[in-house]
Amino acid sequence: MALLEIKDLKMDFGRGADALRAVDGVSLTIGAGETVCLVGESGCGKSVTALSIARLVPTPPANYVGGEILLNGQDVLKMSGGQLRSIRGGVVSYVFQEPGASLNPVFRVGNQIKESLKLHRPEKATDEEVIRLLKLVGIPAPESRIRNYPFEMSGGMQQRVMIAMALASEPKLLVADEPTTALDVTIQAQILDLLHDLKQRLGMAILLITHNLGIVGDMADRVAVMYAGQIVELSPASELLRRPLHPYTKALINSVPKLAGGADRLSAIPGNVPRIGNFPPGCRFAPRCPIAKPECSSAIPELLEVEAGRWVRCPFWKTP
Amino acid sequence: MSLLEVKNLKVHFPVKHGMFSRVHEFVKAVDDVSFAIQAGETLGLVGESGCGKTTLGRAIVRLVEPTAGSVLLNGEDITRMGGSELRARRRKFQMIFQDPYGSLNPRMTVEQIVGEALDIHKLTDSPSARLKRILELLKDVGLDPVYAQRYPHEFSGGQRQRIGIARALAVEPELIICDEPVSALDVSVQAQIINLLQDLQQQRGIAYLFIAHDLAVVEHISRRVMVMYLGKIVETAEAKAIIREPQHPYTQALISAIPEVDPESKRQRILLPGDVPSPIHPPPGCPFHPRCPIAEERCKTEVPVFREVKAAHWAACHLAGTRIEAKR
Repeated sequence: MALLEIKDLKMDFGRGADALRAVDGVSLTIGAGETVCLVGESGCGKSVTALSIARLVPTPPANYVGGEILLNGQDVLKMSGGQLRSIRGGVVSYVFQEPGASLNPVFRVGNQIKESLKLHRPEKATDEEVIRLLKLVGIPAPESRIRNYPFEMSGGMQQRVMIAMALASEPKLLVADEPTTALDVTIQAQILDLLHDLKQRLGMAILLITHNLGIVGDMADRVAVMYAGQIVELSPASELLRRPLHPYTKALINSVPKLAGGADRLSAIPGNVPRIGNFPPGCRFAPRCPIAKPECSSAIPELLEVEAGRWVRCPFWKTP
Repeated sequence: MSLLEVKNLKVHFPVKHGMFSRVHEFVKAVDDVSFAIQAGETLGLVGESGCGKTTLGRAIVRLVEPTAGSVLLNGEDITRMGGSELRARRRKFQMIFQDPYGSLNPRMTVEQIVGEALDIHKLTDSPSARLKRILELLKDVGLDPVYAQRYPHEFSGGQRQRIGIARALAVEPELIICDEPVSALDVSVQAQIINLLQDLQQQRGIAYLFIAHDLAVVEHISRRVMVMYLGKIVETAEAKAIIREPQHPYTQALISAIPEVDPESKRQRILLPGDVPSPIHPPPGCPFHPRCPIAEERCKTEVPVFREVKAAHWAACHLAGTRIEAKR
C-alpha cells in the first residue's frame, strides 16, 4: 500500500454557480521514502493540492466535490477533527515558502519546536531533544540558538528551524511547499542538500512543490507537472527532464535560460497562464500550444500511460 | 567615451540604535564600485539579496543619494546635479522595477501611466500626437492598443511588466536600469520579457544594466557580467568567460549552486558554509574569507585588490583562478 494515494481529487472554491474549480481530477501516489516533485506555475493548483493532504484548506471557501486522499489507507477527507489533529504534524509535516512568516515572532524558536514535540511525542519534549533536532538540521551552536527569537536568525537558519519543527514528530511524509524560493541560491543549495541528507537518514517521503525545474533534477524520483488544475505529465524525474513528452513540459524546459547555453533566442511560451475560473475549454494548454489542432479545444484529453511509468495528458505527444 | 561611467561610488546608510542616539555605524551597501557601460551593450549584475545590487542601480539614477564617488553620463557628472538640470538628464536613463504590481499607480490608466513620462519631458505637442505615441509604444512592447484605457489590476504580471517597459521607452532613453525585471514573473512568461528586452535593444540600441540574482538569466542576456558581494564588485568578465572560467571562489560557488535542468550534468555542488555576513560589520581582509573554502591566513587581514587576472577578466581575490574542489 502506498503511503499517500490521491484519487481523482476535485476541489472548488465557492459553491453553486460561483464555484471555481481549483483542482480538477488530480491523482497521485507517493510510496514510503519516495521523493515526488509537483511542478507548476502560480495558480495551477499545486499548493492547494499539497495542503489538502492534511486538509489544511479551510472549508468554506474550499469545497471538496470528489475524490479521496488516502493516507496510510485512511481517507483524510472523511476524518474527524481529532483524527486530523493527530495526522497534522504527526504523519504529514509541512515546510512553507516564507520561513519568516511561518514562525511565531514572539516565541523563542526552541519553545516553538517543543510545542510540536509536546503534541506528538510528549515524553520527548525536552531541551535535549530540541537541541538534537537543531543539530540534525545543521544549526551551529544549537545550545544558544534555542533561546533566539526568529528575527535574530537569517532566512536560511529560519528555514532550518522550520524543518526541525516539521521533523520533531518523525513524520512519514514531509510536504515542502517552495521551501527555497525565498532564499538565495547558495542558501538554497544548503537547504536542498539538507533535505536530501535527511531523507536518506530518516527514510521519510518528501512531496516537494516547486516551479524550478532545476530543483527537480537534483531532488526528485518522480515528477508531476500541473497546469490549470490538472496533472498534464507524470513521469520518473530523469526521463522527464531528458525527454519531456507533453508540449507544456517541453515548452517550460525550453523557456528557461541555461548556464553556458549560448545567446540564442529563448523559446517563450506565448500568452499567459490562465486564471482559475477562466480555463479554456478542451485541453487547457491548447491556446498556447505550438502543436494544437482544432479538436484540442473540444474535449479535455485524458491522462494516459503511454510508456511504462510515463503518463501524458496529450494525444499528440508523439508530434515533435 | 563610455555612455555611463561609475567611479568609486559609495552608498553608506547610517544605522541608528535609538531615537536619540548618535550615528556610529553605517551599512556599506555599495562600497567603492567602479565600472563603465558602452552604448548599446548589456552589462549584467548578479549577487545575493543584501549585496547592494539594487542600491547600486538606484544610486546611478539618483533615487538614493550616493555618499561618495561620481556617476558620469556621456562624460557629464550627474552626481551633484539637482532640480531641472537632473530632470532633463533623466530622459537619457530610465528604470524598470522588479515588482510590476507595486511600480504602477493603481489609480492611473495605462494611457496616463505612459503619457505621464511624455508630459514631464514635453515630448508631444498635441493631444492627438500624444495618444498616437502612446498607442505606438504599447504596440512596440507587445500590448494591444485597445488596453490603453484599462487599469493595472486588469493585467497579468507579464503584461504589467510590459507597461513598465513602455513607460521607460516613452522618453527614448539611452540606458535602462533593469532591476530584477523577470524574477516576479511566472517561468513561462519570463522568456517573453527577456526576448522583448533583447528585441528592443537591437531596434533602438539601448544599453542595459541588468540586475538579477539568477546567473543563468544574466548570462543569457548580458555581454559582460559583474558579480557583487557585500557591496563590492568581486569579479567582472565577458559573460561566457565568467561561466566557463570563474576566477573568484564566490563566483565558482554561485555557479555550482544553481540547480540544473540537465540530468546528464555531472557538475558538483560547492556548498558554502554560513550566511552572507552583515554589511554593518563586514569581515576584515577579504569580505568573503569566512565562507571561502580556500581562504588563507593573509585573506583574513589583507583586502584583495581588484585586478586584471587575465585579459579583460577582473577579480578581487588573492588566490584568483584557484579551482575549488567540490565535495559530495
